[in-house]
Order: sequence, then C-alpha cells, then structure tokens
Amino acid sequence: MKKAKKVFSAVLASAMALSLLAGCGAGAAKGGSDTFKIGAIGPLTGAAAAYGNAVVNGAQIAVDEINAAGGINGYQIEYKSEDDELNAEKSVNAYNTLKDWGMQILVGSTTSACSIAVSENTKNDNMFQLTPSGSAEDCVKYDNVFRVCFSDPNQGIASAQYISDHNLATKVGIIYDNSDVYSSGIYQKFAQESEGKNYEIVSAEAYTQDNNTDFSVQLQKAKDAGADLVFLPIYYSDAALILTQANTMGYAPTFFGVDGMDGILTVENFDTSLAEGLMLLTPFAADATDDLTVNFVKQYNDKFGETPNQFAADAYDAVYIIKAAIEKAGVTPDKSTSEICDAVKAAMLEIEAKGLTSQKMTWEASGEPNKEPKAVVIKGGTYVSAE
Amino acid sequence: MKNKITKQNLITYGIVLAFYIIVEILMLTGVLSSHMKGLLVPMTYYAIIAVALNLCVGILGELSIGHCGFMCIGAFTSAFFSRATENSIPTVPRFIIAFIIGIAFAALFGFLIGIPVLRLKGDYLAIVTLAFGEIIKNVINSFYIGIDSKGVHFSMKDSMALGMEADGDIIVNGAMGITGTPHNANFTIGIVVLLISLFVVQNLVNSRDGRAIMAIRDNYIAAEATGINITGYKMMAFTISAAIAGAAGVLFSHNITTLTASSQYFGYNASIMILVYVVLGGIGNIRGSVIAACILYLLPELLRGLNTYRMLIYSIVLIVMMIVNWSPKVIEWRKRTFGRLNLKRAKEVA
Repeated sequence: MKKAKKVFSAVLASAMALSLLAGCGAGAAKGGSDTFKIGAIGPLTGAAAAYGNAVVNGAQIAVDEINAAGGINGYQIEYKSEDDELNAEKSVNAYNTLKDWGMQILVGSTTSACSIAVSENTKNDNMFQLTPSGSAEDCVKYDNVFRVCFSDPNQGIASAQYISDHNLATKVGIIYDNSDVYSSGIYQKFAQESEGKNYEIVSAEAYTQDNNTDFSVQLQKAKDAGADLVFLPIYYSDAALILTQANTMGYAPTFFGVDGMDGILTVENFDTSLAEGLMLLTPFAADATDDLTVNFVKQYNDKFGETPNQFAADAYDAVYIIKAAIEKAGVTPDKSTSEICDAVKAAMLEIEAKGLTSQKMTWEASGEPNKEPKAVVIKGGTYVSAE
Repeated sequence: MKNKITKQNLITYGIVLAFYIIVEILMLTGVLSSHMKGLLVPMTYYAIIAVALNLCVGILGELSIGHCGFMCIGAFTSAFFSRATENSIPTVPRFIIAFIIGIAFAALFGFLIGIPVLRLKGDYLAIVTLAFGEIIKNVINSFYIGIDSKGVHFSMKDSMALGMEADGDIIVNGAMGITGTPHNANFTIGIVVLLISLFVVQNLVNSRDGRAIMAIRDNYIAAEATGINITGYKMMAFTISAAIAGAAGVLFSHNITTLTASSQYFGYNASIMILVYVVLGGIGNIRGSVIAACILYLLPELLRGLNTYRMLIYSIVLIVMMIVNWSPKVIEWRKRTFGRLNLKRAKEVA
C-alpha cells in the first residue's frame, strides 16, 4: 500500500516536472498579429560557426534596415535565430523551438543536410522556407522551399560551361573533398557536364576532411597528367594550402574555383600573391563598388567587426526576397502560417529580385533561382571581373 | 532475492511507461510544445544506446568507445532497405524488416570485431572500437550504391562510375549519404523498442549467463577457474550490446530524413557522449542510464534560451552532476543531511 502511494507520488511529481517543461514553449504558439515573425537557423557554434553566424548576421542587417524603413507593408519584422551545431537532428530541434516562438517564415537552414531535414518538417507544417545557402539538389524538393544560392549541380554545370566557352584549358585536373556534400556534389555534375567539351579531365583526385593538410600527391598527379587548369570545387581554407603547396613544387596551372573559394584573400598567413590569377565563380564579392554592396559591407563591418562573405550576402538577400514576395502576395501577419506560405509561394514565381548576389533573380516552381554566375579573377590582391 | 530483482526491474519498466503515458496525455491535451515533441524520439534512441553501452561497459566490464559505429551500421543498412523498398512494401512490414536488418547487421559487425579482440585482456576493445567507429564512417562515405531496372550498382569511386540507366535511383551517394528515408519512427515505437531492450538486458543480467558475464568482470581468473567459457560469454554480451545499438540506429535513420556518416552523429565524440550518459547514470545501473540519457539530451535543448552560453553551462552542469552523484565526500554529506530519507529507502529495499 505504502509502495503504491510512493509510486503514485513519484508519477505525480514527474507529471508536474513535465508540465513545467511543456509550459516553456507553449502559449506563444499562435503568432502575434501585428508583426511578421521570421526565424533563421544555422551553426552558431562549432566548426562551421563562421557560416551560421554570417547567415544570422546578414539577415539581421536586412531586418533592421527594413524595420527602420517602415517594415513590410507597414508591419514590423520580429527576428530570431537558433543554433543547430551543423547537426540535422539539432536543426529540427531548432526549427521546433522557433515554431513555438511563433515563426511564420524560415530563413534557413544554412547547410544542406540540415536544410533537407528541416524541409521535411516545413513541408508537414506548410511553412514557407527560403534557404540562403543550402545548395544540395534535395534541399528544394518540396514546393514550399526555395533557395537564394546556386545549387551544387548548377555550379558544376556553370563552371564546365565557362571553362569551355572561354577556352581556358585543354587538360583539366580536379581536386575535391569527397567527404563533403558540397564539394562532391559540384564535382559529380562538373565531370558529367565535361563530356564532349573542348577539354578533357586528366585527373580527379579526392581527399577527405581527415587528411586535408598534405595535397602533394594530388597535385603531383595533376602535374604529371599535364593539366593546365586545376578545378577546385572546395572551400577556401583547403584551397589556400593547395595553392601554397603547388607553388612550392613549382607547378603553376590556372586554378579555378567556385563560390566556396570566396574568402581566400582573408586566410591568415596566406601569401595572397599566390592567389594571383585564380578564377572563381561567385555570386558576391565584398569589394564590389555598387552602392548596395558598399553599404552592406560597411554596416556589417560596423556591427560585427568583419568583412561579410557570400553566406551573409545570401541571407541578406533572402530577407529582402521574402519582403518582395510578401508585398506581391499582399498577405498580413494575422493570417495563419499555412495561408502565408501558400500566398508567398505563388508570389515567388512572379517576383523579380535585385540584391547583393545578383542584379536579377527569378524563381521557378522547382525552387531554383535563375541568376547569372559572376566570374572573377584575382588581380593585384582584389577581385576583378573576368569578362 | 528473486523478488527483489523482479521488483527493481518492474520499477524501471514502470518509470518508462509512466513517462510515456504522461507525455501522451500532455500531447493529447495540446500543452506539449512542438520543441518538446521533436525531442521525444531522439531521447528514446539515446536511452536505448545508453542501455546497450551499459551492458558492454557496466555488466561486461569492457570499455567500448565506438558504440556509435554500430548505431551507424544499423542506421545505414536499415535506411538503405527502406529507401530501396519504399514503393514496393507497405509501411508496417517494411519498418519491421528494417529493424531486423539493422539489428542483424550491427550484431554481425559486433560479432566480427569481438572474435579477435575479446580474446585479449585489457583495454584493447576500447582501442579497436574507437578505430572501428572511425573506419566505418569513412568506408560508408565512399560508398555509391544505386538501383535501376538492371539491378543494383555499386562503386567506391563516384556516382558516375555506377553507370546508371536513366530511371536509376542513387540511394547511397557517398558523402551525401542517404536522403529521403521515410519518416516512420515515432515516440510510441521508440518507447516499445526501449522497453524491449530493457527487457532483454535486465533479463540477461539476472540469468545464469548474466551471472557468468559479471563473474568475468569481477574476477577473470576465478571465473576461468570455475569453468566459465570466457570468450563465449564476452562475445555474447558484446554482440547483444551491438545489436541494441543497431536498433537505436534504425530509429535514428527513420526519424530524420538525411543520413550522413559524419562525425557529429557517429564519430568518437558522439560515442563519448553516450559513455557520459552511462557513467553519469551509474556504471552497471541500467535504469540510471535511461534517466541520465534523457536528462542530458534534454538539458542543452532546454538551455537554448541562453544562446551560446548554453555550451558552457552544459559542461558545468555535467561536472556538478558528476560530483554530486559520485564523489564519496558528497555521498557522505548527502547521507548525513538526508539521512532520514535514506533510512526509509534502505528499509524498503531490505
């Protein structure tokens, strides 16, 4: 009898504790009716924190600007960001947290795998999702998800196209990271697209994140095969090492990168003269001289004390794209999340946005943006348009 | 004696069931936030793998720091099966078969690793499992498997080498892993699997085999002298432990739709995290691992409000909990302060 009482009291106590937990998030679930609530998700801690923080900060600047200018259709934006530690499971948790907060539109997730995992949930809830930088093909497989950046396959295709159109090479070597979704995604499409082009791929060497310090084997193979252009669909930190090591072994082909290469000039202890002549396809260059970029870079520098990269630019554009789509759809924040999603989704196909990452962007129902890649070449330590 | 053990086991099941019922009631009444709802399934699979590891570390007394490797195997084999048969087998039998496949493969690898390593004495298992966890991750990262009308294609180079027909579907795509696994796992299934693993482990511990396993842990030489087949029993416990970890992997892969073999899920850091659950819950204390896994998984999530400081606070809480739970001085102090409470409990247990 006494034991039964004890078990009973334990059950009651745990029930109380649980309802306490439940109380944490509930209540606010129905969004405010006079503000748009936009949430952002990205890795704010851990190894990829640079990307997540760039997205969160870039979006913050856009939100502040829009609010200062009177908001969207007169409604202010409320903005909140959550950390996902580059973990798809945590990204879903972050999404659920933001949902409890009352989020109506999601800018995120920053990275591909996280974005795919979250899109499963936004699909179920019918929430509008615009990922600034989730570039894997599957990120936008649902009709409520759109993206700002190029997809990985598109970058591969665009690179192959550019190299052949401009007769940059006859023999191409590739060094890529096969433990990375982004890098292997671009590589696969590039290799497919290269068939029948006016150059041939003579070497394709992979490395992984566990052995990204010594590239002499990969470089030697490219050199022995006589590659006059080395395609590097990788992030800039590894690329900086490759350039340095190529220089030491006296190998000087043209190096060609994609948007992950943006940032190579900011690597510490890297002799930027080695990057001279490096070509890259990027949607954003922090030292462009148009008003929009200059203004953005200045604000970002003032607020966060560093130069923004393409992730920040993508997120900044994402918020303005959402603004344009909401204005086009004419929705008000008192509508349900699902109604907002349906309206904004339809408006996305009609708007034409201008932003940091492109002069003109339009969207297809597939969620892919139509925009021109910009090719730049590094000359005298800065980006110069390659055209 | 027998009765006491049965009662202790029943309490463990009771706690899990009570937790389940309370959460279900909260869900029905709609007070549970979606954040909490999303945490429920991960909580169950981390509890399951903590139980599995406790069998290995606590009951068998062999340190394994690559248990997430078995989880990884369970996750990938079952997700591969589910993806490949998504359109040909209805959900319920498919998910059951996925469980069987995931568990069987994890057990097979546990068995294979056990053959050379468990014959040795000392910390070799820790080293080998650590290596295994890292190797399996890298091996899976270089797998490309696709299915088209001609059958299954396999490559370790890249997805072009598969030579797929136009109607082909690449299921395992190297570092991109498996995407689009059906979202079949839910809280009820998680709790059922947790109860089954508890049932298996607790009954094993209290069986003749379990006593033999613990005898090996407590005194190797004495156990050998009494005629216990040391390698055999070690293999048995380790294989069961790997199998349960595989079950946790099946739940994992059917809960989120992207599965990549990267370190944040299956690397040694993740394995150490599971070990922390086990150590904090009490080595050899199955119920403790379940509770510790739940609390420690929830904690960083509930601290989200503190933003980036939560990592700091989480580590401090870990240290404090470790001291409060296991430091002899603190235990003594607790006994003095809460003496009356403890006395009562002692009477009840006796």
